[in-house]
Amino acid sequence: MNSFYFDVAHLLSGSLVLASLMLLYQDRVYALLHVFTLHALVLSLSVAWQAFAQDAPHLYITAAIALVFKAILIPVALRRIVAQLRIHQILETVGGIGPTMLAGISLVALSLVVTLRTTPAGDRFSREDLAFALAVILLGMLMIVTRRNAISQVIGFMSLENGLMLAAAGAKGMPLVVEISVAFAVLIAFIVIGIFLFRIRERFDTVDILVVDRFRGERR
Amino acid sequence: MTLVIALGCSAALLLLGIASLAMRSFSGRSTLVYAGTFAVSLISLASSLAQLLFLSGVTPAVTLPVGLPWLGAHFRMDALSSLFLAILSWGGVSTSLFALGYGRHEPEPGRILPFFPLFLTGMSWVILADDAYVFLFAWELMSVTSWALVVSHHREEANLQAGHLYLIMAVFGGFTLLLAFGLLANSAGSYAFSAMRSAAFPSWTAGIVLLLATIGAGSKAGLFPLHVWLPQAHPAAPSHVSALMSGVMTKVAVYGFVRIVFDLLRPHSWESSLLLLFLGGVTAVLGVLYALMQHDLKRLLAYHTVENIGIIFIGLGLALAFATNQIPWAAALSLTAALFHTINHSLFKSLLFLGSGAVLAATGERDMGKMGGLIHRMPGTTIAFLLGSVAISALPPLNGFASEWLTFQAILVSPNLPQWALKFLIVAVGALLALSAALAAACFVKAFGMSFLGRPRSLHAAEAKETDRWSLSALFLNALLCLLAGLFPGSVVNALGPVVQELVGQTMPQQSQPFWTPMVPIAQHRSSYDAFLLFILIVLTGLAVTGLVRWIGFRPIRRSAAWDCGYPDPSPVTQYTTASFAQPIRRVYASSVFGARETVDMPLPGEARPARVTVKIHDPAWQGLYAPIIKLVWFLADRLNPMQFLTIRRYLLLGFLLLVFLLLLLSLWI
Repeated sequence: MNSFYFDVAHLLSGSLVLASLMLLYQDRVYALLHVFTLHALVLSLSVAWQAFAQDAPHLYITAAIALVFKAILIPVALRRIVAQLRIHQILETVGGIGPTMLAGISLVALSLVVTLRTTPAGDRFSREDLAFALAVILLGMLMIVTRRNAISQVIGFMSLENGLMLAAAGAKGMPLVVEISVAFAVLIAFIVIGIFLFRIRERFDTVDILVVDRFRGERR
Repeated sequence: MTLVIALGCSAALLLLGIASLAMRSFSGRSTLVYAGTFAVSLISLASSLAQLLFLSGVTPAVTLPVGLPWLGAHFRMDALSSLFLAILSWGGVSTSLFALGYGRHEPEPGRILPFFPLFLTGMSWVILADDAYVFLFAWELMSVTSWALVVSHHREEANLQAGHLYLIMAVFGGFTLLLAFGLLANSAGSYAFSAMRSAAFPSWTAGIVLLLATIGAGSKAGLFPLHVWLPQAHPAAPSHVSALMSGVMTKVAVYGFVRIVFDLLRPHSWESSLLLLFLGGVTAVLGVLYALMQHDLKRLLAYHTVENIGIIFIGLGLALAFATNQIPWAAALSLTAALFHTINHSLFKSLLFLGSGAVLAATGERDMGKMGGLIHRMPGTTIAFLLGSVAISALPPLNGFASEWLTFQAILVSPNLPQWALKFLIVAVGALLALSAALAAACFVKAFGMSFLGRPRSLHAAEAKETDRWSLSALFLNALLCLLAGLFPGSVVNALGPVVQELVGQTMPQQSQPFWTPMVPIAQHRSSYDAFLLFILIVLTGLAVTGLVRWIGFRPIRRSAAWDCGYPDPSPVTQYTTASFAQPIRRVYASSVFGARETVDMPLPGEARPARVTVKIHDPAWQGLYAPIIKLVWFLADRLNPMQFLTIRRYLLLGFLLLVFLLLLLSLWI
């Protein structure tokens, strides 16, 4: 029975890594949003399974938050932003899809090597879970640094955060998991609202206030 | 009880500093703050002396529930702490007494009053601290408040530069001390000093901690080549603060060093003492050579602080050498000499800086080339300054001689050491010490002669007025203590007994109590020094010579114009100057050490311009150590300049790459 729990948890967190890799090669906005919805769904399933396997009912709350917030609300909100701002063009990546995918695969290998070597004393559940979580986090970071578009950077950030949630849920007896998930949800909400409010249309590539000023001057 | 009083005093000073902010519009606040500091320091002095002299058997300690939650704030007052607290409190007493008069000349008292008591608070916490956290916090408090005092006259560009340099060196020194305590706490398992005291450290830890403590405390004390900030920052502060920084803060640095090296850290290897002896000897000679080149009175005094710190570190190095070779009686002798010199330097350096402050207030000049003839206008200041000069020049019967003589006694027993390296080095260091003492005497002949003797070289000097009663009383109290410590060195040695016992486990032989009997460092048949007898001899000889001269002399006292060597020239500029006095010594030593080059610009016959002699002096510490570092920093800054204009994605990329790199390292490491 224990082995069955483990296999399912392994399957679900592995699927999350797979979804992260899928995110890397999406070059259209709507497709990216769809894959992210899938990502959040898999996360919520994985957390729910952890709640069941660890017999920790508070994790169901986390799973529900992930489901409602990340799999439904945020994708819907982002779709509306994209539709209103008319930014559903082709997304360009830095360095091309192929090298990015190769980098992603080596990051997954790196995180497996690091985690499995550093935690020989931990139990099976946590070790596998942490390895996959680290892979998801690294892939999210890779996505952030290889995209120039604000929407895809935000999605990269959210997938990174999904990896953190996976790690928090997988570590047995980790305190304040629910609170952390709520806090992250609020943070993400602020970022999404921030993008919407600032209406930074194209490049999220500079923090130079002069550029913003010039941009405003052109619109006026 | 004494510890509680001392802590209460430091808290009172803290409140006084804060209260002075509230009294901004009150006109008498300067008097109030300095009178308060005076009274509180007096109480603190009484409690520390009581602890040192009468209660040395018990060691009070308290733990206050502030600071780190799992640590608290530990305070403890053993004999070493009470000795340095006494030095500090006396510095507070005399400088605030001086400032009661001197503080009235201050143009912007609001920039000094809040920090002066806080500075004393910081130093007293350093001395009383019994865990690394409190120690470092207090150390930084001391640095920051003294920095604020250095830049209090902020309209002068030079002061701001001095403050900047001081801040950099203080941060650097604090950082090395942080590392030293980190290593100590790592081995001891706790930040409390009690845990470190009982731990035995591996030899490499002991070596590195000693090196870090030498750099950290040495940069605050002014050890070569970390002294560069000191001669700039100490004179920049108002004179009573200069007296505190030079007379007391450098001693707090010595305290920090002694606390770490002699109390917390053991065992040592004998090689460590090589470093201390070498640095001490070089510091002593270079400090006084630098001082000889100066024209600024306060800067000259600051360089003498460097020299005296060198002498103190020679004593500490000797103590370490003897202690590591299990010769405790010689270690006790060396440590007593070092601590005695610490007391003495604190007394006469405060006296001299306060005297220079009195001169500065009366003439508005720091340049000795514009003083002269002050003996007629400021007789009281002159007498006190002369006593201080005699003391710092290590002339009997004043206190400077007693402690340097003890240091020489310790050097003379160095053949007992088994290591040849130490035997040779200590002899060389003894020669350096003798050289520095002689040069110091020459330097103070120059300082005293140019400032107080001869004819006034400027209008300010000609119109100087004697300083006020408060300042004079501070000067004379310090001079009196210099004289007393010089006349009765045996009593001081006895008082240092508990401190030395605590640190090296043995004391110097108990000096016999009728205090006019000679001081015996080792045994009666080897050597002894009877200051009191010598003093009586000097007084009697002086009286006899004066009487004879008066008796034989043609007429008792006759005033006439100064003899002009047959060249009647009314200008006082033709008098001997500081540069001309120092020229022979500069030619002998400074041309090699400082690369001094003189150029004479002689006008051709018929030209109307004056002839000029210019001297260029290169600072070896600055050119050898600091200039390359500054160059490197500029080079790196230029290279890293493009980094501040990257896009946010590239910054994230840098962080990401660093993370991946660290993970790779981790995976390869395991």
